[in-house]
Amino acid sequence: MGVIGIIFLMRLFYIQVIDDSYKTSADNQALRYVTLYPSRGIIYDRKGELLAFNEAAYDLMVVPRQVNRTMDTTFFCNLIDITKEEFVKKMERAKSYSYYRSSAFEKQIPADEWAAISERLYQFPGFFGQKRTLRRYPKKVAGHVLGYIGEVNQNQIDEDSYYQKGDYIGVSGLEKTYENELRGERGVQVLMVDVHNSVKGNYMNGELDSLPEPGKDLTTTLDRDLQVYGEKLMQNKKGSIVAIEPKTGEILSLISAPTYDPNLLVGRDRTKNYVELVRNDSLDPLFNRAIKAVYRPGSIFKLVQSVVALENEVITPETRFHCNRSIINCHGSHTYDNLQKAIQHSCNPYFWQVYKRLIQMGEEESIFKDSAIGLENWRKYVTSLGLGVRLETDLEGIKKGFIPDKEFYDSWYGEYRWAFSTIYSNSIGEGELGVIPLQMANLASVIANKGFYYTPHLVKEIGDSPKLEKYRKKNNTLIDSGHFDVVIDALDAVVNEPGGTARRARIDSITVCGKTGTVQNKKTPDHSVFIAFAPKENPQIAVSVYVEESGFGGTWAAPIASLMIEKYLTGKTNKRKEQRILEADFIHLDKEDKE
Amino acid sequence: MRGRRTKNITENIDWLLISIYAVMVLLGWLNIYAANYTDEAGTIFDFSQNYGKQLMWIGTSAALAIVVMLLDVRFYETFAYVFYGIFVALLVAVLLIGTEIKGSQSWIVIGGISIQPAEFAKYGTALALAKYLSSISVKMEHFKTRFMSAAILLVPAALILLQPDAGSTLVYASFIFVLYREGLSGKVLVVGVAAAVLFILTLFVEREMWNIETLDLTISGEYILMGAIFILVGLVLLLFRKNASSLWRPLVLLAVVAVGYVASVNYIFNEIFEDRHRNRIYELLGIISDPSGTGYNQHQSKIAIGSGGFWGKGYLEGTQTKFNFVPEQSTDFIFCTVGEEWGFVGTSIIIVLFLGLFIRIIWIAERQRSTFARVYAYSVVCIFFFHFAINVGMTIGLAPVIGIPLPFFSYGGSSLWSFTILLFTLIKLDAERRNVLR
Repeated sequence: MGVIGIIFLMRLFYIQVIDDSYKTSADNQALRYVTLYPSRGIIYDRKGELLAFNEAAYDLMVVPRQVNRTMDTTFFCNLIDITKEEFVKKMERAKSYSYYRSSAFEKQIPADEWAAISERLYQFPGFFGQKRTLRRYPKKVAGHVLGYIGEVNQNQIDEDSYYQKGDYIGVSGLEKTYENELRGERGVQVLMVDVHNSVKGNYMNGELDSLPEPGKDLTTTLDRDLQVYGEKLMQNKKGSIVAIEPKTGEILSLISAPTYDPNLLVGRDRTKNYVELVRNDSLDPLFNRAIKAVYRPGSIFKLVQSVVALENEVITPETRFHCNRSIINCHGSHTYDNLQKAIQHSCNPYFWQVYKRLIQMGEEESIFKDSAIGLENWRKYVTSLGLGVRLETDLEGIKKGFIPDKEFYDSWYGEYRWAFSTIYSNSIGEGELGVIPLQMANLASVIANKGFYYTPHLVKEIGDSPKLEKYRKKNNTLIDSGHFDVVIDALDAVVNEPGGTARRARIDSITVCGKTGTVQNKKTPDHSVFIAFAPKENPQIAVSVYVEESGFGGTWAAPIASLMIEKYLTGKTNKRKEQRILEADFIHLDKEDKE
Repeated sequence: MRGRRTKNITENIDWLLISIYAVMVLLGWLNIYAANYTDEAGTIFDFSQNYGKQLMWIGTSAALAIVVMLLDVRFYETFAYVFYGIFVALLVAVLLIGTEIKGSQSWIVIGGISIQPAEFAKYGTALALAKYLSSISVKMEHFKTRFMSAAILLVPAALILLQPDAGSTLVYASFIFVLYREGLSGKVLVVGVAAAVLFILTLFVEREMWNIETLDLTISGEYILMGAIFILVGLVLLLFRKNASSLWRPLVLLAVVAVGYVASVNYIFNEIFEDRHRNRIYELLGIISDPSGTGYNQHQSKIAIGSGGFWGKGYLEGTQTKFNFVPEQSTDFIFCTVGEEWGFVGTSIIIVLFLGLFIRIIWIAERQRSTFARVYAYSVVCIFFFHFAINVGMTIGLAPVIGIPLPFFSYGGSSLWSFTILLFTLIKLDAERRNVLR
């Protein structure tokens, strides 16, 4: 008897005190850890209109051990709309995760579908719902800006201890940049369940429970109506529109066409739609052209050459050059323009001369050494305008564009083996130059501000806090504000004087200042480019428009820019102009040509 | 005269035993409440629930105990065979008119009260065995004595097996220790243990198939075991060559008996036992493992006890028992509630309490002047011990799942009444020991 007693005591000591596995098993079967997911911060436009909000959705969770082996799988599959094969696969996946712990069987079922499922769920022990939220986009716009969210992958879980399997994280756009602010804090509820898996109350009276802390809302700088309008104008086109408020650097709209409905990248069909968008669409709608597409600047770069030349005193506004078409071709009927007229007529030989003076300033005997010094000097001024440098906006993946430096040409041609004559294409915005649409809008902003800019950005307020410090810092260019007057007058003339290249950008009530650009392509039609700001006296909006493979800058980009300006400043638009743009189709036309 | 006797009784009552009894019954009641506790549960006095009913059983048991104490001590010895006869008759009756609950016909329902004759039959058997062994003509060396003792035990055991209630039947095996104390040869015990070992060995090997490829032969495990027995005997004979002439006869006989036993175990196990019995034994021996099927009860039971830790989860805080993960948690698996809510501290107190009870009863048995009282005391301790060992062993995975209650703890009127009567008859006999003439 004593022996039995001692054996029992030893055994009890072993299973109760030494071996922890029973404790774990008990917790696994009697406690259910319900994660209370915080609602993600809502995203508003600058006027408080909704851009992205949350909608209730449910994850169907499963505990494989509790699943009835004799359950009616056919009915179940019909109920949640999956096939038998998918059922088997999902079940296997759940089992391989854990037999006793719950894992998601089917994710992000919208609330309306869930209602039907939850009614019948009592028939299927082992299955229960976990409340989640889904992003919804009421106006279906700004997909490129807002980005999307997706489930965390193993790398992200390893990197940041906050994340757990099944969490969602911002994958791109503002969702990614402001992930930490938007996500909030998870809460947890520890429930006791009985052998039938029905809830029996809070464990330890809820001492271990915590409430979720909702994410902070974002107020963006976008103007929702303008964004909607711009996306509409860009239908059936490739390209982008960027509109900035010059005084603050706030981005009013950022459009990349073709775009996509952000609602597609949400919920159950996200993966399917994503593949569809990436693989099956040659136009690459997920590619954000406004910050990732690098184009040559074209004629618009003449504005940069002008102010840099004025600042370096290699010309004055009164300097005239003959329109010598033997060195570089030109168009129009001018012959001997001053600076303003040269800008107005986009005179190529004029800017050939200007650039020559900038590159070969006569500092050195050798034109090669002189050009090297000149290029570095010129580059310093150009980059101060936000070109060739990364604008630290709040979207990741933004491109720097390219302003060549000495090193670049040295490696290309060899040190002192190149001079102005080698690189003269840069004078009119061709050559090795590269810019992104956002930089061009920012350039319009710099001109409107006469020499400074705020880094373009998309978020005005984070919860109750103001925008980030870096967006409140004024960036001064190296150009004196006085040098901009002549350029601004020229831009006014481009739009408003008879014979200007951008007459289509004219708005009766507002003085629009703008410059066309045409980026030449060898095989396809040229890109139509236009930058503008308005009103001239007190600039409220600066715009850049790129319409790929559509032709001359004044034909398509200019009217689009003017419609954007008109919409933003007056709320009304020129219907005839608008109609012409809406009907233009450079995508399907293109396809027909190829076929 | 009357006054003197009464005084004598109270003086001689073993209050320690009564105290242990009272503590156990009280703890049992509290644990039954815990096992059935839910947030909506009423007070512990709710008579519609197990715990309320148990209080009723405790009350009636107390009344029974008083009755047992007040009856004349000679009553038990005198009417021992009568009791035995009545209970055997009830065991026959239950087979004819009993109600079947959970696959065994072991209940007699009379006017809303159901009783389990098997619980009381142990009492009758203990009394009858004590009465028989205390007769003057009895000597354990005699075949007749052994035969009669066996008959007293086997008749109720066989009747209970027919219900079928294998658990209660097995309790009768514990009487072998009583017989040993009364002079049964130790060899019988040795044979018993050897039989048990061989039984388990057979079960281990009988499912194995042995392939002898060179001979293109597949042999079932039990034949290997039989062969091994013969080889072993041969080896022993070889080692003790000098005495071979005197040894070979008994050894060969032993081998033949052993082989026959293995064959019959194999037969009985596979042909007579039911699947559930087989599986429970396989599960215990670790031959098969199926925590969600056959082994579910025991698996859950171990989880409940194991999760209690050193200090336990606290009274009414056990999740495994409260939320019905453990089946039968207020009857056969009541020990789980103790283990989960009171931890190792609680379980060791209970085990020490039981060991104390057993030691006290053995000590009391040895101070009896009459053989009747001594045999009876040993019977009581054997019954209690067997229940305790199998029940607790089952909950912690050391014994097969045999549905027998833990004395004084498990819920149930019949078992509490029968354990109370068993114990208090002993206390009564002990209190009157001085009045017994040798």
